[in-house]
Amino acid sequence: MQLTDLDYTSLRKRIVGREITCAQLVADYLDNIREKKPLNAFISVFEKDARQRAEEIDRKISANNAGALAGLVLGIKDLIVLSGAPTTCGSKILSNFISPYDATVIKKLAQADAVFIGKTNMDEFAMGSSSETSFSGAVKNPTATDRVAGGSSGGSAAAVAGNLCTAALGSDTGGSIRQPASFCGVVGIKPTYGRVSRFGLIAYASSLDQIGPLCKSVDDAASILNVISGYDHLDSTSANQPTEDYTTYLNRDVKGLIIGLPKEYYGAGLDPEIRQNIENRAAQLGKAGAEIVEVSLPHTEYAIAAYYIIATAEASSNLARFDGARYGVRAEKVMDLEEMYVKSRTEGFGSEVKRRIMLGTYVLSSGYYDAYYRKAQKVRTLIRQDFNNVFAQVDCLLTPIAPTTAFRLGEKIDDPLTMYLSDIYTVSCNLAGLPGIALPSGADSHGLPIGLQLLGKPFSEGKLLQVADFLEKLN
Amino acid sequence: MYYEPVIGLEVHIQLNTDTKIFCSCSTLFGAVPNSQVCPVCLGMPGSLPVLNRKVMEYAVRLSLATGCKINNTSILARKNYFYPDLPKSYQISQFEEPFAEHGELVVKIEGQPSRRIGITRIHMEEDAGKSLHAESFVGKDESLVDVNRCGVPLLEVVSDPDFRTPQEAYEYLVHLRQIVVYLGICDGNMEEGSLRCDANVSLRPIGTTTLGTKTELKNMNSFRAVEKALEYEIHRQEMILENGGVIEQQTLLWDANRNVAESMRTKEYSHDYRYFPDPDLAPISMTAGDIEQVRANIPELPEAKRERFMRQFSLPEYDAQVLTESPKVAEYFEQTALRVKDKKAASNWIMGNLLRSLKERNEHLHQLKLTPAFLAELLTLIEQGTISGSSAKEVFEECLDSGKSPTLIVEEKGLLQISDLDAIEQIVSSIIEKNPRDVQDYLNGNEKVLGFFIGQIMRATQGKANPKLVNSILRKKLALLSK
Repeated sequence: MQLTDLDYTSLRKRIVGREITCAQLVADYLDNIREKKPLNAFISVFEKDARQRAEEIDRKISANNAGALAGLVLGIKDLIVLSGAPTTCGSKILSNFISPYDATVIKKLAQADAVFIGKTNMDEFAMGSSSETSFSGAVKNPTATDRVAGGSSGGSAAAVAGNLCTAALGSDTGGSIRQPASFCGVVGIKPTYGRVSRFGLIAYASSLDQIGPLCKSVDDAASILNVISGYDHLDSTSANQPTEDYTTYLNRDVKGLIIGLPKEYYGAGLDPEIRQNIENRAAQLGKAGAEIVEVSLPHTEYAIAAYYIIATAEASSNLARFDGARYGVRAEKVMDLEEMYVKSRTEGFGSEVKRRIMLGTYVLSSGYYDAYYRKAQKVRTLIRQDFNNVFAQVDCLLTPIAPTTAFRLGEKIDDPLTMYLSDIYTVSCNLAGLPGIALPSGADSHGLPIGLQLLGKPFSEGKLLQVADFLEKLN
Repeated sequence: MYYEPVIGLEVHIQLNTDTKIFCSCSTLFGAVPNSQVCPVCLGMPGSLPVLNRKVMEYAVRLSLATGCKINNTSILARKNYFYPDLPKSYQISQFEEPFAEHGELVVKIEGQPSRRIGITRIHMEEDAGKSLHAESFVGKDESLVDVNRCGVPLLEVVSDPDFRTPQEAYEYLVHLRQIVVYLGICDGNMEEGSLRCDANVSLRPIGTTTLGTKTELKNMNSFRAVEKALEYEIHRQEMILENGGVIEQQTLLWDANRNVAESMRTKEYSHDYRYFPDPDLAPISMTAGDIEQVRANIPELPEAKRERFMRQFSLPEYDAQVLTESPKVAEYFEQTALRVKDKKAASNWIMGNLLRSLKERNEHLHQLKLTPAFLAELLTLIEQGTISGSSAKEVFEECLDSGKSPTLIVEEKGLLQISDLDAIEQIVSSIIEKNPRDVQDYLNGNEKVLGFFIGQIMRATQGKANPKLVNSILRKKLALLSK
């Protein structure tokens, strides 16, 4: 048993009990990062800063004034900005970008004495479901290195699963925390839209993006969520809603809870092994006193289309600022302004990003706006209503996360449509702004991790943690 | 055939808030380039906008003052286009569901019936930065960008196509400027671009109602330039139509040096801005309560003030009009008038001597050492006959220069007018005694001699004798002699 195998909740006891030091822990993680470089989980590593910070925190621990997350060693998805540190979004166009300011989540975590060990790899601008589109190369799944880690927060998931850090921050626009968490066998939370400030998160699709943790246990998820949630006056879309202590939802039972299984999430295309796994879990919950009911989310089949219209529309505008004029990479030897734009963006963006910018530009163009963007917004409303109806009957939903376990590197990268369709169980949650948790649930016959998903109504993170914690501790 | 111009205006009003529309950077004009910036207005990756509440309040003020209906919810939208002075590559503006709609302004031109000009909409947006190309410090193949102005709040007022003459457009602009200055939401400073106007114009045969093809005019940096550019463009379109040609829809740039409008290259305005609601900003919601709160604090507007001045101070319409052109002059007048009996005299002095002196001295009213209280003091000295009219002018100038009180100046300069009856009678008697031949002339019916006597008396008193008293005492004494 290595220290780096442990979750933060176990490590914290040892750190506070002076059995181990943060400095030792950081050194161990740095060794692992070096050893497992082929996973390609990190884009940058803050070796010196992390060691120095760990020593500072060790002094605080000695003085008994360390913060709530003292000794938590975090990887940060490389689209969350840290003052003075590179933030590339896995893109060539930002390969030289150093942020002049801190994201709100970074400020909060630093205040709680977390240590930032590096920036994790990801699909370029969070556009992808496999972490293969990064300018820094594909991320490999620690369980099977010929497999993808999932995406877009694949680097964060692989770093946690590979014991390169205690936990990591990811972002989830259509499943980008939950799907890689599931592929790598770690816990991931996508909080309610507005629960965590987006200030300092480089936007892919602003109305869908949300920051959340990927970690080794439900306990850890609750502790980290405690620190990063809350209203932020710098983010107009953050919810002005009181926070709660999520750890109070842990170690409870599930008696009397009503858990729904949306039938549209168990149809054709779902790997039978995953279906069996989740049905077994449902049965366990039933045995423990929860009521399991089948429910329907009738507009599910339109979710992928609506998602890819809304997300790409927003992305086409969000990514327009990367034009080579003020920061990032500017193409050399250009004759005029237009050429500067065209060349910088042509050279700076990868093909998946270009595909989505073009798609988004198209759906917002005059003459097409009503047929695509406006219609997609109407579908979004219907999907939200589906969930409202269902949550009038049930406390949460239990679903698969992806139709399959981790697929092979290169398997789908040339087939974008198949790749998009694999987001079927995760995108509705973002369209409706709901919280969702990915929880590891054993492995398939190839030994690849299976994940299950719990979805709840807005701001019901506590209840989701309660059920996830119960399931986690059953094993 | 006779043609009728159809003109619409789009006016950008730069708001005088302390901070920018989506961040807390200063809006101060003229700072060192790129010194008033932060991650938000620089469009740094990950930064997010937060709407300045003051901008909402100012938008309510203008909407109410122009009779617009304020929408319960309005949407901030992104207008997407690439330009180096637009850091996010989109401008946050409003498109569908603007802040307010359906208002009007009444434009008055002397000798013509009032014209009601419809206001289509008022919406808020952020300003872009400034690109520098041809300045001395810019390299040959370079352009520089100053981002200080990025995010300065603007209100755009779009009129209906209700103007029929360039003069109406001019008067509307003057009136709109006056309103925003009165509302305290804009400094009205034309040199700093606080108001900017684009116009569109088309022609149609008189008596018809369908609209012709319009052209857009940009780059006018004064209201007079708007008027001139419209005159130019109306004439140009007329010539084309009269020669059987067709108007091409295009944007023209006004060249103020050459007095011509020239077509912009087609490419630069054939934009599809791909407007869509900004997902970073919630819709703006305005309740009736929010609106009433602002309404309660709206200052008196020029028309209301004009009418009140006529009523309260019994001023002629012309005086009230001149005095209310600027809220500062109006305030100055009111502060003076409340302290004196003769309101018209206050009006005369302000419209005449005061405004002229301001112009000559190139000073602003608020910098003036001659305060309303001092002017009132001066007017009271005149009213009470303490000083003569000619001395008053001298006191006025001295007070402008030194800021000393008029009473003190009168004392120091010995300008006190002699209004003592006994004193004047004595002087008059002595002059009559000294000039018996002239007295006889007068008694024989030569009225002109009166002027000679007055001259003598004024000389003897160094001009300080109260002329009215001198006149009546002299006549009285001469009349006594004739009996």
